Amino acid sequence: MVKLRVENLTVNFDGCQALKAIGLEVRANEILGVIGPANSGKTTFLKALNRMLDFIPCRRVAGKIFLDGQDIYANMDVLSLRRRIGMVFALPLPLPLSIFENVAYGPRLHNQKDKRKLEEIVEKCLKASYLWDEVKDRLHTPAFNLSGGQQQRLCISRTLAVEPELILYDEPCSGLDPISTAKVEEAMQELKKKYTQILVTNNTKQAARVSDRTAFFLMGELVELDDTNKMFTAPKDKRTDDYIAGRFG
Amino acid sequence: MKNDARVIQKIVFFLLGAATVLIILPVLAIFLLILVNGLPALTPEFIFSMPKMGMRAGGIFPAIVGTLYLVIGTAVFSLPLGVLAAIYLTEYAEENWLTRLIEVAIVNLAGVPSIVYGLFGLGLFVIFLNLGASIIAGSLTLAIMTLPVIITSSKEALIAVPKSFREVSYSLGASRWQTVKRVVLPNAVPGILTGTILGLSRAAGETAPILFTVAAFYLPRLPQSMFDQVMALPYHIYVLSTQVPNVSNKIQYGTILVLVLLVFIMNITASVIRARFRKRKLW
Repeated sequence: MVKLRVENLTVNFDGCQALKAIGLEVRANEILGVIGPANSGKTTFLKALNRMLDFIPCRRVAGKIFLDGQDIYANMDVLSLRRRIGMVFALPLPLPLSIFENVAYGPRLHNQKDKRKLEEIVEKCLKASYLWDEVKDRLHTPAFNLSGGQQQRLCISRTLAVEPELILYDEPCSGLDPISTAKVEEAMQELKKKYTQILVTNNTKQAARVSDRTAFFLMGELVELDDTNKMFTAPKDKRTDDYIAGRFG
Repeated sequence: MKNDARVIQKIVFFLLGAATVLIILPVLAIFLLILVNGLPALTPEFIFSMPKMGMRAGGIFPAIVGTLYLVIGTAVFSLPLGVLAAIYLTEYAEENWLTRLIEVAIVNLAGVPSIVYGLFGLGLFVIFLNLGASIIAGSLTLAIMTLPVIITSSKEALIAVPKSFREVSYSLGASRWQTVKRVVLPNAVPGILTGTILGLSRAAGETAPILFTVAAFYLPRLPQSMFDQVMALPYHIYVLSTQVPNVSNKIQYGTILVLVLLVFIMNITASVIRARFRKRKLW
């Protein structure tokens, strides 16, 4: 089943082309890895999906993106779109609030006021990102006191709390140590049961470990998209082969 | 060669230190002079009673109350307006010629001499809007003078809130206003407060803007409404030292000391808020 379909997506910033006619499909409950060197348009791609690009004044977006068959750039309310497509950023970015309030932030935005309900949501989401056991005794302490890896898992919980259908990760482990990375990856595997996920990563090995299918972006183009196994053993395109083998990028 | 560098280093160190000390000296000198001469006057009776005998005796209570009313009135008018304008300019307005024009206007507003505000207030509030010389006219005049300070410091406080907090909030489906209300504003409040208090403390000490809009020469009673005139400390000092013959030094210095203390207290409050916030700051 196709969750998200991207057709001919082209993004320009002030005349400079960041994405060139990208077309791909994301299947429900898969993890799609997106790899590619810096400046290949990976982050722009993610930001086009939840329309965070709207905040960049000089962007021009052409092409179509369908979420469950619905065009997200035409007659879809951007606020409800961002509820359906959650995002985890490259750096752990807790809000200057307590652990509890960080997770409760999204539900509160969307008018969840019942304290009991909020507590339930917070517990459920912290468990989903494997953070609950580490923080359950200090939910009301500042989120900034957590370690980097814990903060990133908190950010995942916070994203889960608005019950998105699709989660975008923008290099979520770039600032984390291997153990924290493993925990985040473990959480992602577990989340597959309920969510569709897109993982942008600079770390090709991470894509190989985590993703079901992998897309390779280069200079704003989608070079290749295939099952991760195939892609990493027998890439069709020479450039993919070179990149994966570490001959450039 | 090496010794040369050391000697020059010492000279430079001395010069820099001397310049810093020179900055402190005038402040200390002024404060000490006022303190030594004014402290003997500072009795409860001086602070809490009406002036008598054409201001040559008695207290300065109406002037203190008048200045406090003016500070409060100024805050009431300028704080909401200034903060809302700052929020609009930082969070909503797009970068175009109009916003640039507004920013230039704000900067220039800050540079307008205070006597011009006084005359503007006289023309607009006292005469045209027919408010008369009154607390409300004086507060409005001082508010306009204080606005640029409040807007500028509020804008800085808002901009200082990391952009990433906004992005996180938007990515969770928050609207602009929800983001401002829940993330940006709470983290900017200390900065806004600090700037506001500093602006108000300047307003408390200004003479020119209140000269024609509110200040009474001699009015030994408390105001009954915001349409009354009041005495105010800065103008009272001016009157005591130039308009009334044979006022004792003690009363003059005492009045000055009260005003200076008032302004100092406000400034120190601002510093304390800032320091507290720095300690608590989490990013």
